[in-house]
Amino acid sequence: MLRRTIIAAAAATVTAFVAGQAMAGAKLDAIKARGEILCGVSTGLAGFSIADSQGKWTGIDVDVCKATAAALFGDASKVKFVPLSAQQRFTALQSGEVDVLSRNTTWTQQRDTALGLNFTGVTYYDGQGFMVAKKAGVKSAKELGGATVCVQPGTTTELNLADWSRANKVDIKPVVIEKLEEIEQAFFSGRCDAYTTDASGLAATRASKAPKPDDYVLLPEIISKEPLGPAVSHGDDQWADLIRWTFNALVEAEEYGITAAKVDEMKKSDNPGIKRLLGVTPGLGKNLGVSEEWAANAIKAVGNYGEMYERNVGKGSPLKLDRGLNALWTNGGIMYAPPVR
Amino acid sequence: MAGKQPTNTTPPGVAPWNDPFIRGIVFQVVVFGAVVAIGWWLVANTLENMARQNIASGFGFWSQESGFDIGDTLIDYSPADTYGMAIWVGILNTLRVALIGIVLSTVLGTLIGIGRLSTNWLLAKICGWYVEIVRNVPLLLQLFIWYKLITIYSPGPREAASVGNIFISNRGLQFPVPKADPSHLWIGIAFLVGIAASFVLARWARARQAATGDQFPVGLGSLGLIFGLPLLVFAGSGFPLVWDVPVMKGFNFAGGVVLLPEFFALLLGLTVYTASFIAEIVRAGILAVSRGQSEAAAALGLRPGTAMRLVILPQALRVIIPPMTSQYLNITKNSSLAIAIGYPDIVAILNTTINQTGQAIEGVALIMLCYLTVSLSISLFMNWYNKRIALVER
Repeated sequence: MLRRTIIAAAAATVTAFVAGQAMAGAKLDAIKARGEILCGVSTGLAGFSIADSQGKWTGIDVDVCKATAAALFGDASKVKFVPLSAQQRFTALQSGEVDVLSRNTTWTQQRDTALGLNFTGVTYYDGQGFMVAKKAGVKSAKELGGATVCVQPGTTTELNLADWSRANKVDIKPVVIEKLEEIEQAFFSGRCDAYTTDASGLAATRASKAPKPDDYVLLPEIISKEPLGPAVSHGDDQWADLIRWTFNALVEAEEYGITAAKVDEMKKSDNPGIKRLLGVTPGLGKNLGVSEEWAANAIKAVGNYGEMYERNVGKGSPLKLDRGLNALWTNGGIMYAPPVR
Repeated sequence: MAGKQPTNTTPPGVAPWNDPFIRGIVFQVVVFGAVVAIGWWLVANTLENMARQNIASGFGFWSQESGFDIGDTLIDYSPADTYGMAIWVGILNTLRVALIGIVLSTVLGTLIGIGRLSTNWLLAKICGWYVEIVRNVPLLLQLFIWYKLITIYSPGPREAASVGNIFISNRGLQFPVPKADPSHLWIGIAFLVGIAASFVLARWARARQAATGDQFPVGLGSLGLIFGLPLLVFAGSGFPLVWDVPVMKGFNFAGGVVLLPEFFALLLGLTVYTASFIAEIVRAGILAVSRGQSEAAAALGLRPGTAMRLVILPQALRVIIPPMTSQYLNITKNSSLAIAIGYPDIVAILNTTINQTGQAIEGVALIMLCYLTVSLSISLFMNWYNKRIALVER
C-alpha cells in the first residue's frame, strides 16, 4: 500500500515536471488543443469589455478576442472571458491564467520589458482626461489645485496624474480605490472633485453610470498618450503573431472596404490584395498556422475595424465617440496596419 | 510516551529494516527530503519561468522612484520618493489604524461586555443585540456601509458642518492643531519623564504600604506627574500656542489636520466589529470568576470597588488575555481590507507597487513579512503580559 503511494507520488511529481517543461513550448498548440481562448477582460467598461444581463460580452477588447477565435477556430464563440481588475491583470497573464490580456491596457516600455509582456499592437489610441461635476464651474484641469481626484491604482493613469501634478505644480489629493464600480460611486457621491482615467473610459462612465450624464463635463486637457492594445506573455511569439495579424487584417479590411456582410461577395474581387487577405490566394493562413479562411472568418465575426469601432464606442453606441486618432491614416487618423501580405 | 519505550530494548537479531528506531529515522529523513525537494522544485520552476518570460526579479525597485502619489500619509512623501519610502508610508498607515483600533475596540468592547451583565434589563438587551448583530455581519460589508454612509450623507466641503473650527464634510474631519514650536519637544520630554516618575512613585508607594500600612493615592499622583510636568514646561516657556486653523480654500480645506473618510470608515468598521468579540470575551472573563470570590472579599471587609480591582479583575484577566491577543491580531490583519475602500495601508501600497514593477513574488513576500513582524510583536507583548498576570502556583 505504502509502496504504491510512493510510486504514485513519484509519478505525479514527474508528470508535473514534464507538464511544466511542455508549457515552455508553443502556446498556440496548447490553445488549439484546448479548443478555446482564455481572454482577460475588464470587470465592466462600456465600449471596451462589458457583460450584459445575459452574461454576453461586448466591446472593442472583446471583439479582438472574438476575431482571434474566429481566425483560429472558425468560430467566434470559442472564447472564455475572464474579468480581471487592474491589479490582477498582469499576474493573471504571467501565470498563464489567461492566454491574452485584452483589457484597455496601455502599452508602455516597463510593461513590455520588465513585466514580461509582449504587446501585439494598438487597437485604440486613447489619452487621459478629467471629468468634473458641471456645478464645480471648472473650465480647465489647471484649475484643479487642491482638488481631490479619484483614480484607480496600478494604472498608468495613477502615474500620469502624479507626473502631471508635479509638472504643472497643481496640488492634487488622490483617492485610490481598486474596484471600478467603487471608484465611480465615490466620484458620483461627491467624495472627489474630479475623476481621471482614459478619455474613452470617462465617456463610458458618464454615459452608463452617471445619475444624470448632463451634470458632468470632460475637461479639455488630455494629459497623456494611452495606446491600448492586447498583450501576451514573453515567449508566446506564434500566438502573438496570430492576434497581431488578425487585428491588422481588420484594419486592412476597412481600407479595402470589406464589411462583415460583404466578405463572400468581395472574395470574387480582382484586387490581388483582397484575394490574399480573404484567402482566395492561399499562403497567409499557412504562415500563421491557421486555415486560409482566417481573415474572412474574423471579418465575418466582428466586421472590419470601422464597423467594430462604430458599434462599440462610436455612433452606434451610447458613448458616441468620434473616430479622432483612431480614424484610418487615409482619413486623417493614425490607425495604420502594416501590409497584410 | 516515547520515554516508556527505550530504543535499546530491541531484541538482538532483528533485521535493521524491522527495527522501529531505524525505521523512524529513515522515514523522517525521507519526509524531510521530500519537503525540501518540493520546495526546491517550486522555487526553481518559478525562477525558470520568470527567466523564460524575462520578468524582472529582486528588490531593486526599493530605491527606484515610485511615481505615484498617496492620499493619506503620516510622514512627508511625494511621487518623487522611492518605492521603499512609499512602503514605509503604508506600514505606518497600517500601524496607525491597527493601534488606534485596538485601543478603541478594547474600551468599547469592555463597556459593552460589562453592559451585557448589567442588572438594567434595557442596557443588557441593547448590548446583547449589538453583539449578535455586529459580529454576524461580514466586516467587508460593514466597511462598505460605513464608507458609503460617510461619503453619501456628509455634506460637500463648501457646505461642511462645523463646530467652532472643526469641520465635517465628505473630505473628512478637519480640526485645528497647534503650530510647531521648539518648546513642544521639551513638553514631550516632560511627558515621558512624568510617565517614568509615576512608575517610581507606584513602586515607592507599594513599599511604603508594605512597611507601614499607610496608603498613598498613586492614581492621582501619577496623573499629576504625567500631565502636570508638561503643563509646567508649557507655562514656563510662556504659553507658546498658535493654532493652525483649517480654512476653506478653492476645492478644499487648507491648514489644520484632517482625518480622511477612508481612515474614518476603516477605523469605525474595525472598532465596531472587533468590539463585539471583545465584549463577549470580557463577559466570559467576569463570569468565570466564581461568586464565592466576591463574597469572600466582602467578608474580609473590602469595598466593592476594591474587591473588583484586587480580587475579581486579576482573576478575570487570566481568562480574558489569551483570547484578547487573538482579537488584537485579527484587528491588525483585518486592516488589510482597507484596500476595498481606498485607505492606503501596506497592502494597498504594495499592490500598486506590484502592479507598477510587476514583481509580485517580492511584493507578496514583503506583505507577509510586515504582517508577520507586527503580529509576532503583538503576540510577544501579550504573552509577556499574560505571564505577568498568570496565577503563580507554589
